[in-house]
Amino acid sequence: MSVKVEVSARTQAARLQAASGGPTSFVRKYIFSTDHKVIGIQYYFLALAAVIAGVILSAFMRLHLAWPGLQVFGGTMKPETYEALLTMHGTLMVFFVLTVAPQGGFGNYLLPIQIGAPEMAFPRLNMLSFWITFLAFACMISAFFVPGGAPLSGWTAYAPLSSLGQVTGPGEGLGQTMWLVSIGLFCVATLLGALNFISTTIDMRAPGMTLLRMPLTVWAWFVTAILSLLSFAVLLAAAIMLLLDRLAGTSFFVPAGIVVSGKLQAHSGGSPLLWQHLFWFFGHPEVYITILPAMGVTSHVLSIFSRKPVFGYRAMVSATCAIGVLGFLLWGHHMFVSGMSPYSAFAFSMATLAIGVPSAIKTFNWLGTLWRGKIQFTTAMLFALGFVSVFVTGGLSGLFLAQPAVDSLLHGTYYVVAHFHLVMSMAAIFGIFAATYLWFPKMFGRMMNETLGKVHFWFTFVGAYLIFVPMHFVGLAGGVRRYADFTAVPYLWSLQPLQRFITWAALVTASAQLLFFWNLFRSLRHGEKAVRNPWRATTLEWITSSPPPHDNFAGEYPRVYRGPYEFSVPGASEDFVMQSEGDNV
Amino acid sequence: MTARVRAQRGVCRNTGHHDPATTWRACGGAAPAAMFAVALTVLVGASVYFFVWGKWNPPAAITPVGNEIDAQYRLTLIVTGAVFILAQLGLAFAILRYRDRGKVAHYSHGNSKLEFVWTFSTAVVFLGLGLLGYKAWGTRRLTPAAPNAVRIEVTTAQFVYYFRYPGPDGKFGSTSPKLIDPATGNPLGIVPGDPAGRDDIVVPTLTVPVNREIELLIRSQDVIHSVFVRELRLQQDSVPGMTVPLHFTPNRTGRYDIVCTQLCGLGHHRMHSYLNVVSRSEYEKFLTQQERLLQQTSSQ
Repeated sequence: MSVKVEVSARTQAARLQAASGGPTSFVRKYIFSTDHKVIGIQYYFLALAAVIAGVILSAFMRLHLAWPGLQVFGGTMKPETYEALLTMHGTLMVFFVLTVAPQGGFGNYLLPIQIGAPEMAFPRLNMLSFWITFLAFACMISAFFVPGGAPLSGWTAYAPLSSLGQVTGPGEGLGQTMWLVSIGLFCVATLLGALNFISTTIDMRAPGMTLLRMPLTVWAWFVTAILSLLSFAVLLAAAIMLLLDRLAGTSFFVPAGIVVSGKLQAHSGGSPLLWQHLFWFFGHPEVYITILPAMGVTSHVLSIFSRKPVFGYRAMVSATCAIGVLGFLLWGHHMFVSGMSPYSAFAFSMATLAIGVPSAIKTFNWLGTLWRGKIQFTTAMLFALGFVSVFVTGGLSGLFLAQPAVDSLLHGTYYVVAHFHLVMSMAAIFGIFAATYLWFPKMFGRMMNETLGKVHFWFTFVGAYLIFVPMHFVGLAGGVRRYADFTAVPYLWSLQPLQRFITWAALVTASAQLLFFWNLFRSLRHGEKAVRNPWRATTLEWITSSPPPHDNFAGEYPRVYRGPYEFSVPGASEDFVMQSEGDNV
Repeated sequence: MTARVRAQRGVCRNTGHHDPATTWRACGGAAPAAMFAVALTVLVGASVYFFVWGKWNPPAAITPVGNEIDAQYRLTLIVTGAVFILAQLGLAFAILRYRDRGKVAHYSHGNSKLEFVWTFSTAVVFLGLGLLGYKAWGTRRLTPAAPNAVRIEVTTAQFVYYFRYPGPDGKFGSTSPKLIDPATGNPLGIVPGDPAGRDDIVVPTLTVPVNREIELLIRSQDVIHSVFVRELRLQQDSVPGMTVPLHFTPNRTGRYDIVCTQLCGLGHHRMHSYLNVVSRSEYEKFLTQQERLLQQTSSQ
C-alpha cells in the first residue's frame, strides 16, 4: 500500500493555479472572475436586486388587495396586471432570491473556505453558471416589457393556461415564452453550479476534514446541491416540453377538445396533470433547496453564540440527509385535489408527515444547543433564533395541509400562502439575514452596525408574524388566494379588515428593510475594520484574513484536527478551539 | 484581562478587549432576552386567543363528511397547538435562562437517548395524525357514489360555471367541442341529433335536494378551474380532458357560494356561482320549471 494521498490531484492543481496570484485587470477580477468569492458576491448582489423587485411587486399587490379602487400611476390596477405581479413576485423570490442567495451566494463564497480548499473544483464552470443566471434574470425582467406584459399563470405555470398562448390571457403570449426561456436558463445554471458544489465537497477537502468534521453549513450546501442536480434536471425537461407545446405544436400538456373563447385548439393527446407532476417533482425539493442552507446557517450561528457544540451533530447530518431523500417522495401533496388518483393521496400524505420528523429533530437539537449555553445576542444570533421560531410556526401549519381531508378545506386559500411564506420564505430570509450579519466581516473586511442590525431584526421578526398569522385566519374562513380583488364574492369582502391589517403590516415591514440596505451599503465603506475572527468561532473561514486572499489561505493550507463546533472545551485556554488547532496546542 | 473587561459595563465578556472591532455592546444582555421572551409569549397568547375565539372559522359544515373533517381539523389543532406552545415557550425559556451571565457554557455533544425518544414520539404523533385523518378522505373519495345519487354535470370555462341536469330520461346527451357556442345557447356543445340531450337542462347555478346524495361530474372546457364550497369542506379542480366524479350529501338547506380556487386567468377572482340546497318539493318544482322553460324555447 502506498502512503495515503493527503490532497487530491485537483486540489494540488488548484493550489498551484491560485498561488500564481489573482488576475489584475478590472474585468477579470470583478466581472468575469473565476474566483468563487467574487462569484459568491455577484450572486448575492443579484439576489439583492431580485429581492428589491420582488418586495416592490408585493407592496403593489398588497395595496391593491386592501384598497382595490386605489389610483396608482393614474389608474386602478387591472386584474391581469395583478396576476402578472403575482407571477413575477413568486418567480423572482423562489428562483432568484431564495435559490440564488443561500446557495449561489453564501455557498459559493464559503464552502471552499470552510473545507480548506483554494477554489471550487471547476472555476470556469462557476463563472459560467453565474453569468447564465444573470442572463436568466435579465430575460425574466424583460418579460414585463414585451407586448401583453408578464405572464399571469403564477410561478407554477399550470398548463394549459400556460401552454396555449395569448388566447388564455394577456401575458400568455411572448411574456410566458420569456418566462419559460428564463427558467430553462436558470435550470442550466443551477445544474452546473450543483455539479461544482458536489465535486468540490467530495474532492477538495483539506487533510483531516472528514465528512463528519464538516460544518453543518457545508453539509447543507452539499445536500442542497444533490437536490438541485436531481430536481432542476426535471424542471429543465418540463420547461422545454412546455416551450415545444407553445412553439412547435406538440401536445405534452394539452388534451384534445379544448375550446378557448369559442376557438377549438389544435392539440390532442396531452395531460395537464403531467405538467403538475413534473413541476412539483422539482417544486417540492425546491422548498428544501431554499431552506436547508438556512438550517445549516442557523445551526452554525446558534453554536457560535451559545458558545456550545451543536447538540447532536450526527443527528443533524442524518436529518439533513433524510430531508433530502424524503423531499423527493412527497410532491403529490400539492395535488390532493388536482384530479390525481385519490388513492395516491395516502402515500404522499404519509411521506409528508414523515418529513416532519427530521424537521422536529432539528428543532429539538437547536433548543438543545441553546440549553445550558452562554447566549450572546448578536444580530446574527437574533435572526437564527427568529428562524427557529418562524420555522416551528410555519412547519406546524404544514401538518394540516399534509392531510388530504383537511386540505380539502384549506387548499387554494390564504392558509397555504401563510404556511409557505413562514416556513419557506420567512425562514429562508431569516437564514439569509443571519448569514449576512455573520459573514459580512469575512466577505468585506468590515463590521456591520449591530445596533441598526438589531432594530432591523425586531421590525422583521414582529412584522413577519403580524403579516402571516392573520393570513391563516383569512384562509380558514375560505379566503381564496390569487384573487385580484375580493369585490365579487360577499363573504370574501367581509374579510377585508384582516386584509387591510396585513397590508399595513407588510408595508411597515417592507419599509424597515431600508435599515438593512442602509447598514449593508454604509458598512461596505464605513464599517469598523474586521479582524480575522471577530466572533471567536471555530471553523476554517475564521483562520484566514478578512477578506481572504485570492487562494483563501495565503499558501498556508490548513490541516483539520477536530470537529467543527468545539466551544467551551474543558481545559482549553479559550472558550473555542479552532478546527485547525493540533492536539499539542 | 477579564476583570477589566467585565468592569466595562455592557461589553461582551467573551471577546478580547485588545481590538475594538471584536467588542460589541451588551451581547448577553437582559434586554434582548426579555424582549424575545415577551415577543414569543405574546405570539403564543395571541395565537391561542384567536384560534379559540374562532371568529374566522368557516361556517358550520353541511355534510356528515364535513363534520368529520372539522373533527380532524380540531384534533390537528390541539396536537400542533400543544407542540407550538411548548416549542415557542421552550425557546423563550432557553433564551431567558441561558443568556450570557459570564459563566462558562456546558460542554456537551448531545444525548442519543433523548434524541431517539424524541424522534420516535414525533414519528408516532405525526403519522398517527395522518392515519386518523385518512378516514374522512376515504369516505368521500375512495367509495363511489350510490347508484341512486342525483347526478349533475359541472362544466367550467373561463370564468363561468355551467350545471347540466340529465332531464326526465336520466341520461346526459353527448357533446362535441366543435358545437360549443354560448352565443346560440349551446355553451356545452350538446349534439342536437342526440335524443338523450334534448331534455338536458343547463343552468348557471347549482340547485340540489337536501339529504340526497349528489354526484358531480366535473369537467372543464379550456384551462383548469376548480369548484370550492367552504360549507361542504370540499374543493376539486376541473381539468380539461378529464371527468372527475365527486359526491356529497348536504343536510341543511340554504344558499352557499361556489368559488374557483385554481388560477385560471384574468377573471379568476370573479368566477363565482351558488349552490342552492333546497327541500325535496322545491327541487321537484325547480326541475319542472326548467323542463317547461326548455320546451318553450325548443318549440319557438
